[in-house]
Amino acid sequence: MNHVITILRREMKSYFNTPMAYIFIIVFLGFNAWLFVHFFFLNNIASMRAFFSLLPWVFLFFMPAITMKMWSEEKRSGTIETLMTLPIKDAEVVLGKFLASFLFVAFSLFLTFPVPVMIGLLGVPDWGIIIGGYIGALFLAAVYIAIGLWVSSFTKNQIISFIIAVLITFALFIVGEDLVLVTAPSGMVPLFRYISLGSHFQSIARGVIDTRDVVYYLCVVFIFLYLNIKNIESSKWR
Amino acid sequence: MIKVENLHKNYDEFKALDGVSFEIEKGEIVGLLGPNGAGKTTTMKILTSYMPPSGGKAEVAGFDCSENPLEVRKRIGYLSENNPLYPEMSVLEYLEFTARMHDIPKNKVMNRIIDVVKDCGLKEKLQQDIAELSKGYRQRVGLAAVLIHNPDVLILDEPTAGLDPNQIAEIRDLIKRIGREKTVMLSSHILTEVQATCDRVFIINKGKIVAQGTPEELSSQAQGVTVILVKVRGGREVTDKIRMVAGVKNITEVPSNEEGALFYSVDADPSTDVRVGINHAVLDAGYETLELTRKDVSLEDVFAKLTKT
Repeated sequence: MNHVITILRREMKSYFNTPMAYIFIIVFLGFNAWLFVHFFFLNNIASMRAFFSLLPWVFLFFMPAITMKMWSEEKRSGTIETLMTLPIKDAEVVLGKFLASFLFVAFSLFLTFPVPVMIGLLGVPDWGIIIGGYIGALFLAAVYIAIGLWVSSFTKNQIISFIIAVLITFALFIVGEDLVLVTAPSGMVPLFRYISLGSHFQSIARGVIDTRDVVYYLCVVFIFLYLNIKNIESSKWR
Repeated sequence: MIKVENLHKNYDEFKALDGVSFEIEKGEIVGLLGPNGAGKTTTMKILTSYMPPSGGKAEVAGFDCSENPLEVRKRIGYLSENNPLYPEMSVLEYLEFTARMHDIPKNKVMNRIIDVVKDCGLKEKLQQDIAELSKGYRQRVGLAAVLIHNPDVLILDEPTAGLDPNQIAEIRDLIKRIGREKTVMLSSHILTEVQATCDRVFIINKGKIVAQGTPEELSSQAQGVTVILVKVRGGREVTDKIRMVAGVKNITEVPSNEEGALFYSVDADPSTDVRVGINHAVLDAGYETLELTRKDVSLEDVFAKLTKT
């Protein structure tokens, strides 16, 4: 566990030692705030529904931006060789990197607190729904990060890593959308709906934390972290 | 300390290692010498258990590199080619990071850092970001990180590549100093380097060890002939005159870098000094000698001979 924390600290430092983290946070907050305020006054309801329903789309581009460098940069600069010849397990590195990205996103999400504060001042929101929404957002972020991290372990090119991660998460997100479901064979519809990231998020965003959704998210995270470890292992065999 | 038996490594069709075996005793400084692509880095990557061999066995301090990678890595300090470091970290942060990864107890981390910083002469640069350091200092940071857990074995892949002559000398001294207590294996394609630092040399080519021994043994292998380089202003008939000199075995023209001058490489018997004879021969023919040098037969010649395709 010590190694995981050491990796986590190093990754955190490397986020904040470069302007990248600050740019990211500013753009993320600005983008979210603008989109939210835009719909908030149109709807005139004291809820964060608009905020959370937009979040998956915002994440689609922001999460791969966080994870794209995680392995790609190590591969490009060759530090992966130093890292993987230290007396540590591959799983520890993967976990450390995952947690670093996750904490970074959690921090960015925390910084959106002016939004609920503003709603609280303007009206009487249902706080349970808002807290549920934030928890759901964290789960969703974890999934996006696990996928982005895994994709990053295939290439030393950050741009490729970013694009592929966006494509995969996008595909996994829209398979549950009605537009896709109507064209899918009817037998596949329940499956599509189940594997879709979006449909699980909708119920959480409504403030309902269902164990099925939680289990789904945890499984997806676990699967992609596992694939990541395997890929790091096998890339050494080549 | 290091034992390698019949090591093979294939990258698809390409045989990077083709049956390499050697043993390195505790306390030796051994050089792995070979042209680029000979299998030096591959050997080192297997020894650090970064990748497994396709066949054969590699052992460090009694632990098998593919079965017990963590135990092996605990005892090895590996400086990989090009010395990759995290540029956004400061020297201190980087050393701390490495120390923690090696499970050095918290209360000892600072002591270890002070030790390696002193050994590597990094005291003034401790707070600087690695990105701002010169290449020589980066190399020292790499070495300091490699030494942090006080490993028994050091594996250094081209530790002086890309440095200027002063830095090379510094790093060499450092390696020699460190090497007094440790087993060191370093790779290079620069012969003088290996000659200067190593007790023993393995010459590797196309995945096979083609020669081994002390630097002196290897250069004596190539002796039996002295090479003399002559630069002459005049005509080509001069070769006949030179050939007549006692002790000269053979003469070949080599491309000249000077207009109007002819450049020859003369193989001679090492027991007689033919330089005076050659000079007279040139003057007798009515020409002038511009340069006359004896080339010491060095490891370089052995290397060239053994690794030529």
